[in-house]
Amino acid sequence: MATTLGVLQRPTSTTGLWGWITTVDHKKIGALYGVTAFIFFLIGGIEATVMRLQLHRPEFDLVSPEVFSQLFTMHALTMIFLAVMPLSAAFFNLVVPLMIGARDVAFPRLNAFSYWVFLFGAILLQSGWLLGGSPNAGWFAYAPLTGPGANPGNGMEFYLLGLGVLGVSSVAAALNFIVTIINMRAPGMTLMRMPVFIWMTLVTSFLLITAFPVITVGLIELYFDREFGMNFFNVNAGADVVLWQHLFWVFGHPEVYILILPAMGIISEVLPTYSRKPLYGYPVVVLSGITIGFMGWAVWSHHMFTVGLGPVANSVFALTTMAIAIPTGIKIFNWIGTMWGGSISLSTSMLYAIGFIFVFIVGGLSGVMHSIAPSDAQQQDTYFIVAHIHYVLFGGSIFAVFSGIYYWFPKATGKLLNEGIGKLNFWVTFIGFNIAFFPMHFLGMDGMPRRQPTYESEMGWDLWNLVATGGTFIIVLGVLIFLHNFFWSLKKGERAGGDPWDGRTLEWSIPSPPPEYNFATIPTVHGRDAFWDQKYANGHAVPQGASDHEEHHEDEGHGIHMPSPSYWPLVAAVGLAVSGYGMVFHEPGQVAGAIVAIVGVAITMVGVYAWAMEPASEPSEH
Amino acid sequence: MEHAPEHETTTGIDHRKMLIWVFLGSECMFFGSLIATYLIYYGQSVSGPTPADVLDIPTTTVSTFVLLMSSFSMVMAYANIRRGNVRNFRIWILCTAFLGATFLGFQVFEFRHFAVHGHLTPRTNLFGSTFFTLTGFHGAHVTVGVVWLVSLFGYSFKGDLTPDEGLSVDIAALYWHFVDIVWIVIFTAVYLIGVFGK
Repeated sequence: MATTLGVLQRPTSTTGLWGWITTVDHKKIGALYGVTAFIFFLIGGIEATVMRLQLHRPEFDLVSPEVFSQLFTMHALTMIFLAVMPLSAAFFNLVVPLMIGARDVAFPRLNAFSYWVFLFGAILLQSGWLLGGSPNAGWFAYAPLTGPGANPGNGMEFYLLGLGVLGVSSVAAALNFIVTIINMRAPGMTLMRMPVFIWMTLVTSFLLITAFPVITVGLIELYFDREFGMNFFNVNAGADVVLWQHLFWVFGHPEVYILILPAMGIISEVLPTYSRKPLYGYPVVVLSGITIGFMGWAVWSHHMFTVGLGPVANSVFALTTMAIAIPTGIKIFNWIGTMWGGSISLSTSMLYAIGFIFVFIVGGLSGVMHSIAPSDAQQQDTYFIVAHIHYVLFGGSIFAVFSGIYYWFPKATGKLLNEGIGKLNFWVTFIGFNIAFFPMHFLGMDGMPRRQPTYESEMGWDLWNLVATGGTFIIVLGVLIFLHNFFWSLKKGERAGGDPWDGRTLEWSIPSPPPEYNFATIPTVHGRDAFWDQKYANGHAVPQGASDHEEHHEDEGHGIHMPSPSYWPLVAAVGLAVSGYGMVFHEPGQVAGAIVAIVGVAITMVGVYAWAMEPASEPSEH
Repeated sequence: MEHAPEHETTTGIDHRKMLIWVFLGSECMFFGSLIATYLIYYGQSVSGPTPADVLDIPTTTVSTFVLLMSSFSMVMAYANIRRGNVRNFRIWILCTAFLGATFLGFQVFEFRHFAVHGHLTPRTNLFGSTFFTLTGFHGAHVTVGVVWLVSLFGYSFKGDLTPDEGLSVDIAALYWHFVDIVWIVIFTAVYLIGVFGK
């Protein structure tokens, strides 16, 4: 009896394994996102390393061409959907409520649901490795090449259902953050007083809710073609060969900004803090971010310059793509302007931020080269593109993520990451990154095609391929140094205190790690850089770590009522996963897959109903 | 659903109400993409039947009218819960669910009729694939709506649906009206243009 009740009763424990499984606390969910995404970052790194091993010398035979195709497809999907996006989500979760002076997100259980759906979607997408083959058609999966008959096996089903489930997670999380940011700001925090990271989270969330439905429709159509013999991409029935490409890139280009805007937000927080100056040109930086968000919708066909859309379409998309360099350039000048004349301290986080600016300019310039349609026709499908995309996504997004980890790790854990190991981590990664990816510019200019499992020695590509593979192993070393730093600092790291960096925004005004309720009293905001103003309002500095005195007032938290933990988001997410597997293994003419899918939907419905009937927080026992 | 009445929101709008508005924005992109696919493939099928061959305007006009009337009864249900008249609320919310279910009945009849008499299935041609997918997803949304309305009807017996809690009805109503508006677009783009467009 007691065990039955144990399942039916509301969970109360917030510690131990069940505490993590049923948590609705945004800080814990942020940690779950971060750790899970980092594990997938390592998996994506292993996939990349195997590919670089395969290519380190001509006609090497480590993996078969089929496996190589699965590797480059899964490397892209893993890094985009399972590493960079959820790492951004980890920062959204951890930082957004703290920065706007809120006690949690608007919908704590929806937030837990987003995480669990992400986890199951990620497992679904990766499980092709063990269940008969992963998708092998590139992350863009061009139909009709991925249509029925053209791409047998279940690999594409893992792609279609995996991305479908991950889309549910992303949209749910984005809805949550939009409402949180618009509706839960501390008194006095007007829109133009929000930290730039909050602005970029908001813009990214709007891109997510508008871009993901488009790819979802594409996924549904391709799934229907493959499973039910429909005709969306059946050229014999009159289908348009580029419809999928349009649907994919209408999503795919906003997706690029979904990956980079949070990174730009992180950089816009880190640079002012370590320069001890306000962000230069705040309104312009915010406006540039919003402009990038809008213009992200007007450039998708630059991925299709060689399709043959005609000179008018190519010219229009070339011009819009060139125009997007303007807001991006404005941001870079403003970041440099922020550092200009500041009292710069070169912490690891700051090094990563400056490294970001450096390599992002390189990646941005090669991006402008691609915007010139005739030039792009030469670069299309060569390693030049591979170099560009890694300069903006690794050198861009991932460097910003590391900058953010070094910046906010003390807030999340109460411990500082070791700065000595950190600087080693930065320099090894930075040097390895440039050695691995800069030679790809040369390879691409020399015509080496991407996505090829091998090449012949006569092509003259041996040297730079070997150098690139060497650089990859230096990056691996850099990541291992980071892991060492992470675990070492978690155990033996120096205590951080509430405000280790003399920070500017509200998250530094509370103890590290923050109490469950974040703010004992909700702060009132009187300007940008709210906490900085609070500290230096009288023109003289309050001693560093000023906020530590708040730790003495932990009693204040007793009257604060926080949302209770819940099983139901997990149950609803499990149902989606079951449903996803049912649909992956659906075979035409058999009902088994459909039955599993329906069981999954039923589980989700049970979860959603129980969730709706359960109050957000139980009456307090005290 | 999450609700924290003791906390005031920045904008004064309830979190859940803002959530449904933003969610409907996302849904616009979903139906927009489905409708775009339909329109891109309009007239592109290499074999019949065409929209003009199978679509029956009088029948679908009736089902469209039924669905539009359900928006009216939805408004009545909301007005009654706001006035605290739970008995009338129950009548109108059931009426709305019934009209929604009637619309779905028409759709099932229409799908069967097309398959049996019009020789149009989702596999027949581009029109079949795009038509059944677009209207099918709309029908799925109506189904979710009907389940939601019936749930609200059941919920009203728990005694929790006070006039202040009319928000739960308001949110369902926003979703319901949205699904109706989408149908007006589909009725125009698929049925009226399909039959009278050429």
